[in-house]
Amino acid sequence: MDVRSQISMVFHLDKCIGCHTCSVACKNIWTDRKGVEYQWWNNVETKPGTGYPTKWEDQDIYKGGWEKNNGTINLKGAGKKKGLLNIFHNPHLPVIDDYYEPFTYKYLDLIESPEMDDQPTARPVSLITGKPIDIKMGPNWDDDLSGTPDFARKDPNLQDLSPAEQEAMFQLERMAFFYLPRICNHCLNPACVASCPSGAIYKRGEDGIVLINQQVCRAWRMCVTACPYKKSYYNWHTGKSEKCILCYPRLEAGHAPACMHSCVGRIRYLGVVLYDADQIENAASADESKVVDSQLDMLLDPFDPKVIQAAKENGVPDSTIKAAQQSPTYKFVKEWGLALPLHPEFRTLPMLFYVPPLLPVMASLGKQNTSQAEKMDPIAKVWNDDWLYDTSTEDLWGTIDQARFPLKYMANLFAAGDEEKVKIVLKKLMAVRIHRRNVTVGDIAPEKVEAALKGADLEAEVAEEIYKLTSLAKFDQRFVIPPAHREQALEMLEFTGDTKGSTGFGFKEKPERGL
Amino acid sequence: MDNLFNALNNFFLIALPYIALFVFVIGSIWRYRSNGFKFSSLSSQFLEGRQLFWGSVPFHMGILFLFFGHLIAFLIPSGVLAWNAHPARLIVLEVTAFIFAIALLIGLVNLLYRRITNPRIAIVTSKMDYAIIVLLLVQVFNGIWVAYNFRWGSSWFSSVLSPYLWSIFALQPDTSAVASLPWVVKSHIVAAYLIVLLIPFSRLVHFLVPPIDYIWRPYQRVIWYWNKKEIRKAHTPWSLKRPKNN
Repeated sequence: MDVRSQISMVFHLDKCIGCHTCSVACKNIWTDRKGVEYQWWNNVETKPGTGYPTKWEDQDIYKGGWEKNNGTINLKGAGKKKGLLNIFHNPHLPVIDDYYEPFTYKYLDLIESPEMDDQPTARPVSLITGKPIDIKMGPNWDDDLSGTPDFARKDPNLQDLSPAEQEAMFQLERMAFFYLPRICNHCLNPACVASCPSGAIYKRGEDGIVLINQQVCRAWRMCVTACPYKKSYYNWHTGKSEKCILCYPRLEAGHAPACMHSCVGRIRYLGVVLYDADQIENAASADESKVVDSQLDMLLDPFDPKVIQAAKENGVPDSTIKAAQQSPTYKFVKEWGLALPLHPEFRTLPMLFYVPPLLPVMASLGKQNTSQAEKMDPIAKVWNDDWLYDTSTEDLWGTIDQARFPLKYMANLFAAGDEEKVKIVLKKLMAVRIHRRNVTVGDIAPEKVEAALKGADLEAEVAEEIYKLTSLAKFDQRFVIPPAHREQALEMLEFTGDTKGSTGFGFKEKPERGL
Repeated sequence: MDNLFNALNNFFLIALPYIALFVFVIGSIWRYRSNGFKFSSLSSQFLEGRQLFWGSVPFHMGILFLFFGHLIAFLIPSGVLAWNAHPARLIVLEVTAFIFAIALLIGLVNLLYRRITNPRIAIVTSKMDYAIIVLLLVQVFNGIWVAYNFRWGSSWFSSVLSPYLWSIFALQPDTSAVASLPWVVKSHIVAAYLIVLLIPFSRLVHFLVPPIDYIWRPYQRVIWYWNKKEIRKAHTPWSLKRPKNN
């Protein structure tokens, strides 16, 4: 057992309101420089939708992640052979138009324009060439555009859904969507690290943060292809790749990452998990039906004396072990089984976890209530909410089975297509609600509540705990990370303000382009 | 006139190679150690990918073949001469090299055309990029001219140029054989020195850091602030160094 610690985030998607505050906080701190204007280390996508870069989940296009052939896993679009053979021209490299051409507006034209018959306009100009452009794309171009043919219907996660299911999803009066905030997953089997020919990318042993050494990166640009989440970005100005650093200078000082700290919906939880590094290879090359389970099996119980002993032998500090015991991530992922990894089938063992959203599932009863749907005014399409948002508990799990948001879609996102996994989570979330309804309103029969909790395999006390951490948790309960130890983090001795506007904390010079 | 001729010969064939080699070695080491951040291939594929294929691939294939061809002829001239002893083998070598030279020329022209015409690429092109590309273009054109007009270069390179280059490295420069070569050939030699001279000041540095160790290194890399096992041993606190990762 090789026990290591990993800093890991949980996103509670039911709480995300899609405000993009996280994205903006991140941008203001890390990517407000030339060459990285287009990079959003944190971005928020509307699902169903095509995301950023467009259709990033479709690995037939981008060739990211690992694929399993004959029992072993290989990088799909990079690696020793493919990477070195394609080093002069990487056939799978996304170009800037797959993201969007960064732009600004000529605001001064509004002020300095001479008096004319017409209002002056601020024309958009490219931040690359400085020339006027027609804006065709932005980082959240498909925001709230579920149901649209250009975006939602091209979502790669829809591919396993029948045409009828897809149609049902996009009927205007039944349409639903949710938000998916994404940062680097700081994977345990990172494809970017494996693909980097110059060895510039590495995982920090102490906390599992994946970083790119800016001095060693040589712009072979294989990481951009290899990362299935497209979270390693190429800086076109400096000729170096950059990515989310999980705000490690903040973490070391005991502060939360900017995206988490600024989160309005408080959807994010950050904690330490202990894992067994000996199992990485097995977990990454498990059968597709077992990728989720084998990944979650790697996470160790921080209360198990054997785990604690092995962790200490490995040099994991006591403060980290203590943080792992209080970790909200461990609770959501392992103790309660509420959070799942994003696209585990890419086999990078991503270390961010998502609580799948219940709301689009709960909010409909589907075909059962056609009689009520017929009451709708066919022209005005006005209806009362009684039939649409049914919150009765007549049929306990009926809403999940007949969801207007097919479980298959969620399963494609969070469980490598295994609907059962998502269903278990949604049942638990629903049982917590039923339990709380009983506590606060009390209009549900006790047997019903009992049945709900039993069906979701929850105790009332656990449901109460879930409710508390979901709805009431203070910052200290959502963010449980020990500050770095001085003997481990010499960077703490440097004043970070000196390097604002430059590339990192290891050296202090302007990130100018090479000769 | 003869004096001027000799002086020029001495400068371009004796002084220049030493200047070029000195600047190349010292400059590259200095740049690598003092400013690793600016050591990059500065790929522009992210801004434009399709045209690049028809420039970068033939260019790199061509220049790698020709670079190693010249290098082998310099290092083991006897081997090349032995290979060329049979006319069929000589022709195979010459034709192959010629084809690679044409590929290199086509690649360079495409790269230059792309840099000039694509506004996004023009933005990330420095003056040095233009200087290098033009110098390489001249050099390749010159080389093709020499290969076509002064036949069987692989043989006379091995017998005439290799001894001269060896004499440079042996610090006993001997230009007697080279001085009488046609000026086209001599300009090819001089341009080669200029390219070597410019390496530390241009993006050409990336050829000094090819990712060879990628072939044998394990795929995953984990770096610790300290060696977690070593740090616990009594004798290490004074000798343990922080890993060089930043």
